Amino acid sequence: MKLDSQNLADLAVGAAFLGTGGGGDPYIGRQMVEICLSEGLEVDLVDPDSLRDDDFVIPTAMMGAPTVLVEKVPSGEEAVHSLKRLELRLGRRATHTMPIEVGGINSTIPLVVGARLGLPIVDADGMGRAFPHLEMETFGVYGVPGCPMVVSNEWGDSAVIETTDNRVMEWLSRGVAIRMGGAAYIAEYAMCGADVKRTAVPRTLSLAIRIGRMLRDAKANHQNPFDALLGLLPDTLYHYGRIIFAGKIADMRRETRNGFSLGTARIDGLGRWTGLMEIEIQNENLIARVNGEVRAIVPDLICIMDSETAEPITTENLRYGQRVTVMAVSVPEIMRTPEALAVFGPSCFGLKEPYVKIEELPA
Amino acid sequence: MRIGIDVGGTNTDAAILDGDRVIGACKSPTTSDVSSGIKAALTTVMERTGISTKQIEAVMIGTTHFTNAVIERRRLLEVAAIRIGLPATKGVPPMTDWPADLADALGRHTFLLRGGHEYDGRLIAELDEEGLRDVANEIRKRGLRTAAVTSVFSPVTAEMELRAAEILLEEVPGLKISLSHEIGRVGFLERENATIMNACLADLSFKVVDSFRNALLEKGIRAPFYISQNDGTLMTPNHVERYPVLTFASGPTNSMRGAARLAGLGDAMVVDIGGTTSDVGMLMQGFPRESAVAVDIGGVRTNFRMPDVLAIGLGGGSIVRDNGTRIGPDSVGYEITTRALVFGGDTLTTTDVVVAAGLADVGDKAKVAHLAPELIENTLQTIHRMVDEAVDRMKTSSEPLPVILVGGGSILISRDLPSSSKVIRPNNAGEANAIGAAIAQVGGEIDRIYAMEGRFREDVLAEAKAEASANAVAAGADAATVKILDIEEVPLAYLPGSATRVRIKAVGDLKPEAKEAAE
Repeated sequence: MKLDSQNLADLAVGAAFLGTGGGGDPYIGRQMVEICLSEGLEVDLVDPDSLRDDDFVIPTAMMGAPTVLVEKVPSGEEAVHSLKRLELRLGRRATHTMPIEVGGINSTIPLVVGARLGLPIVDADGMGRAFPHLEMETFGVYGVPGCPMVVSNEWGDSAVIETTDNRVMEWLSRGVAIRMGGAAYIAEYAMCGADVKRTAVPRTLSLAIRIGRMLRDAKANHQNPFDALLGLLPDTLYHYGRIIFAGKIADMRRETRNGFSLGTARIDGLGRWTGLMEIEIQNENLIARVNGEVRAIVPDLICIMDSETAEPITTENLRYGQRVTVMAVSVPEIMRTPEALAVFGPSCFGLKEPYVKIEELPA
Repeated sequence: MRIGIDVGGTNTDAAILDGDRVIGACKSPTTSDVSSGIKAALTTVMERTGISTKQIEAVMIGTTHFTNAVIERRRLLEVAAIRIGLPATKGVPPMTDWPADLADALGRHTFLLRGGHEYDGRLIAELDEEGLRDVANEIRKRGLRTAAVTSVFSPVTAEMELRAAEILLEEVPGLKISLSHEIGRVGFLERENATIMNACLADLSFKVVDSFRNALLEKGIRAPFYISQNDGTLMTPNHVERYPVLTFASGPTNSMRGAARLAGLGDAMVVDIGGTTSDVGMLMQGFPRESAVAVDIGGVRTNFRMPDVLAIGLGGGSIVRDNGTRIGPDSVGYEITTRALVFGGDTLTTTDVVVAAGLADVGDKAKVAHLAPELIENTLQTIHRMVDEAVDRMKTSSEPLPVILVGGGSILISRDLPSSSKVIRPNNAGEANAIGAAIAQVGGEIDRIYAMEGRFREDVLAEAKAEASANAVAAGADAATVKILDIEEVPLAYLPGSATRVRIKAVGDLKPEAKEAAE
């Protein structure tokens, strides 16, 4: 599938939905892809099932603060450089690149890399949503090592990180990213086609595009966008979704600790929804409770959307008074196994509640 | 006495204030030369009030002239858009996302050079002075008269933009130079866009300011004059000549501040009901709360300090449907005097319903006598629910605040609003813009990312506050009256090490000696 401008606009909306509030504004990433298109370059999205087992895939991404990215616009070559440096280290040419996460900015960086290098982009990722840390990848959960990893800046300066533990990789690389000015560009989790098919969350970019298009069409045809979205989910890997609350943001608390933006959104029920919903946030939405009872919990998606337009609202744009509808969506089974939950389940974010699938929680 | 003048696209309004009191106000059509419209408005308001030119201490002008020039692509100069940040920033060149006709009008003269800073003030690269001299050469060759210079993280440290300006002036004497750190905050592309737009207005700004100056001189007014900017504070004419872009969208701010003054309130919600829409905003300490999202001007993305206003599709001409349960968003607009029922038309509007309810006297009430009580009640409930929800949405806390109603459509509101403590309808609400200009203060701001590691937060904030206050005093504020209006600390997510973005705004009254000096 060759992506065009309209696909990119839809992708931005869908990636914000799947990103559950995190991942940053994809505006600059989208501009970089638009420039590739205007130069006649192709953004070619391919299905993971079309990969040969011995294809060689190198995922690419940005790491660091979106706040820095909006001032220090990238050269566009940083992630390309990381990929090439990793090829050199491994002595092998990549046949594809791939996102590591589908939320926000990182849904766009691999598109730039793919277009610049003439590599197809695998329609899959390693988070199936957005997460704050690099070890929180299904790739690593199912045995693909994150290292060797390359972190690069706009000069083509790079650091090759070699660790056996993906958590240590995250820790060291973040230090490098800070020295590089707070935003850096990476290549990691290099793997063969067979491993992609085994460990990646498939078809997430095309799903994001479909979600964006669905919301756009619903708006144009004056249909209820929430119904349209819920109607789309059953034939995807995110097969179950339901609205878990609707109301008005009554309070928004924020603080930052260790680079995490922590917060709590409190929503007063409106219409048929009574009581008070509290959503805990660590960059992304983690847990939703009504009067203390869990209604959805990470890694299932908790999406806060504008009640009128159904537009997903990112964490930094949540404000008192907004009318919001909260939708919870099941994540693919690959993200719900005990091994996966050990890496990005509730306890990894300091939550005491155990993971319960959204399908099994009381409505 | 102060005179406030609002030069809009259609009308030029003038208001005279004695301290807090509005003595008189008037409207007069805007003219193509600007000057004669201002003179006409001044003549009317001074005759009406019997105030003589000697009594006037200061004149404050609000204008949409520069915004309109960009929107209409009129009288714009070609610009040398110089970016300092390579090897970073190359991924999105200058003017990438601009409307093609505007980018064409400005000539697409873009130059990228090595340089720029990191968020903590470290260098990305040394400034490429050699390259800059080559650019200067090119500017001469192409006959460009104005340049926009934007360097990465210049809001953190401006030294590279200042050095670039020095070199450009050495090489091209008389070149008009716009520096991004004087214009915008962190957010590179948006700040660069605003700087380029500022540069393209470099000729027009002198002409417009001259026409203001001449109008006042011809009326015999020798008092100093100021021009209001989008955050509700004042700029000197000299500053506007160099930074006209800062006047963009000052209208909504003046209108809200004028409303606040008319009602005598600092913290309140303002609802401006027009013919098609209602604009709802919030005042804090007499200033509008600003929007956090990017604002488009003439199709270009900017990060101007604009009031956060929610527009809903409810006005005096809004069409009523479904037995009063659905209103708007479409409106008969300016055709209300032919299409509304009370004017003999065939379309049921909100104005028709309030006339039928006996709450307003507009047109011929016999023409709406047939409306059913149920429809009237439903409509009034829908109107009040829409406004109440909009007010509630725009508040930052659940505490009820007073609501100030302005605009021709304010007749629609006759009941209490649950979200508000009271509803106020001030006199002279039609000239709120001019009144808002007249009461403007002088402001100063800083917006910067600080590395907090190894420092006390209090020290960093104290340093930032002092700098914002110093900026206000430099802009003409009386140091004794300067106060901190707003502090915003945003720690950077995904980035440990306590880097924090700090935005502080200070304001103060105009310095009296500045007035004397100008006299």
